Amino acid sequence: MNPASVPPALETRSLEKRFGGIVASNQVSMSIARGARHALIGPNGAGKTTLINLLTGVLKPSSGEILLDGQDITTLEPHRRVRLGMARTFQINQLFADLTPVETLGLAISERLGTGTHWWRVPGSRPEVVAEIAALLERFRLTEVMNERTAVLPYGKQRLLEIALAFACQPRVLLLDEPAAGVPDAERHEILAAVAGLPADVTVLLIEHDMDIVFTFADRISVLVNGQVFVEGTPDEVARDPRVKAVYLGESLDA
Amino acid sequence: MTSSSRLAAAIAAQFTDRARWSLLEVLFWLVALSTIWLLPDQHLILAEIVIWALFALSLDLILGYAGIISLGHAAFFGIGAYTAGLLAKHALVGEPVLALLLAGLAGAVFGFLTSFLVLRGTDLTRLMVTLGIALLVRELANRFGWLTGGADGLQGIDMQPVLGLFRFDLYGHTAYIYSLAVLFVLFLLARRIVGSPFGLALLAIKGNPLRASAIGIGADRRLIGIYTLAAAYAGIAGGLLTQTTAFTSLESLSFDRSADGLLVLIIGGTGHLYGGLIGAVVFRFAQDWIATATPQYWQFWIGLFLVLIVLVGRDRIGGWFTPLRRLADRVGAWRPGKTRPTVLPGQGGAP
Repeated sequence: MNPASVPPALETRSLEKRFGGIVASNQVSMSIARGARHALIGPNGAGKTTLINLLTGVLKPSSGEILLDGQDITTLEPHRRVRLGMARTFQINQLFADLTPVETLGLAISERLGTGTHWWRVPGSRPEVVAEIAALLERFRLTEVMNERTAVLPYGKQRLLEIALAFACQPRVLLLDEPAAGVPDAERHEILAAVAGLPADVTVLLIEHDMDIVFTFADRISVLVNGQVFVEGTPDEVARDPRVKAVYLGESLDA
Repeated sequence: MTSSSRLAAAIAAQFTDRARWSLLEVLFWLVALSTIWLLPDQHLILAEIVIWALFALSLDLILGYAGIISLGHAAFFGIGAYTAGLLAKHALVGEPVLALLLAGLAGAVFGFLTSFLVLRGTDLTRLMVTLGIALLVRELANRFGWLTGGADGLQGIDMQPVLGLFRFDLYGHTAYIYSLAVLFVLFLLARRIVGSPFGLALLAIKGNPLRASAIGIGADRRLIGIYTLAAAYAGIAGGLLTQTTAFTSLESLSFDRSADGLLVLIIGGTGHLYGGLIGAVVFRFAQDWIATATPQYWQFWIGLFLVLIVLVGRDRIGGWFTPLRRLADRVGAWRPGKTRPTVLPGQGGAP
């Protein structure tokens, strides 16, 4: 297969979002190749979260297009994008406080298998669902807390469940919004291992403040400033770019 | 046994434990059943309680499991009540059970049609929309007096025996046993549904709609489904009231009924199915006791009680039963070879 004919996993064309007079995303055109480890960085208020919300359908763009595997998804509802193969995690945990990790993962799996609307069965009555929950619990080191309510889990485990839950949707494109945000150093390695252990065929878009994580993990970096793509390139190119140092790296490293 | 098959068994066990009947639940229904023989002279009031319980259970399905608050649930109750009344009065369907199913169907159809109006919006919008719909229906029933009897109520209802066998009597024996049987069957159905993948997804939508959509759960169809089901339950509750009293009036569609239904549910606690049932018992007996003690101030005490409930806990007087539940859990867990505590359906919400 000729690589040039394969559409990028995720692409935006002149994506724009205005809130009144404020332009939160300004003519963002990005192309993320399949299997890429693409990081999105930028100072606070640069529009990173707005961009993620546009990609996942939480916000509707003012203009522009979003394509997933070459298919236009600009106006699709969030849950339909998930079914087409795009999942996300949240910077601030968005979990189901009263459910256990087992139930939480079971929800996502049942939904994907199309059994989520069954109203007569017990959720765990299907062996394939149970087997998949087991695999996810082990992969993301959640077995020891599988019977606890999510609300009482240690913060690090909640962050792992964030990633596990997005991964349970079996996405081809996974958006990670600051996966290690707020995690104490002692529990950090578990998160990093989980991120590094994601299968190579899953395309990952990572939003991160932590430059260590970005430069170990990413093979491509986009720098967002004032809602615009300021610089895009390999980690080396970005690190050497004096303009990036001026607007972002310097400021962030000094802080 | 390998570690992975042990893990699979533990996961399956968590789901089946949640679905299992606890000792306390079995006791609850045994006590309810025993009142048939133990309190024969209270059957009239008990039948009334059962109908309140079913109405509040219906509200719990939407409020406790889907987070939809309603101040107009009497619309479905009244539609069921008039459906059952008209079917009996004009001898269209004589057999009460069949007529009751049609009353539920009427509630469901109207619930389905109006469900689209409560899909989105804040609690306030939903309160106003449901309230508005109920007022509208009540006014229509008032306007079409030739059909509904208007302010005089629907009179001249002659009830046939249940299943052609059991005549309604003056002491409410048939009425109570019939109502209790209907409540039990509908409770079993509700319990099964809220424990299914569908019910779990509803809890997810209620708990965190943003995340629910981010794992592919579409909310609209599920909310329409549960709203329609709850409307059917309310319709059946209304139908039961008409059948057991051989009368219905605009009261069945009134704002008071919607508000009292909500009050009953909140007394018992939302989100564990038993809330409406326990609330109905407390509500009806409290009403009686307080009214006997201080006839003029019944509303005062109910008002005070309501304020206390809301201040005491998020939504639970039902939480007052938690120590009792824990005890029952411990007793229930005292089986040999059983190490993990069971999880009661109601405990999900307790902090």
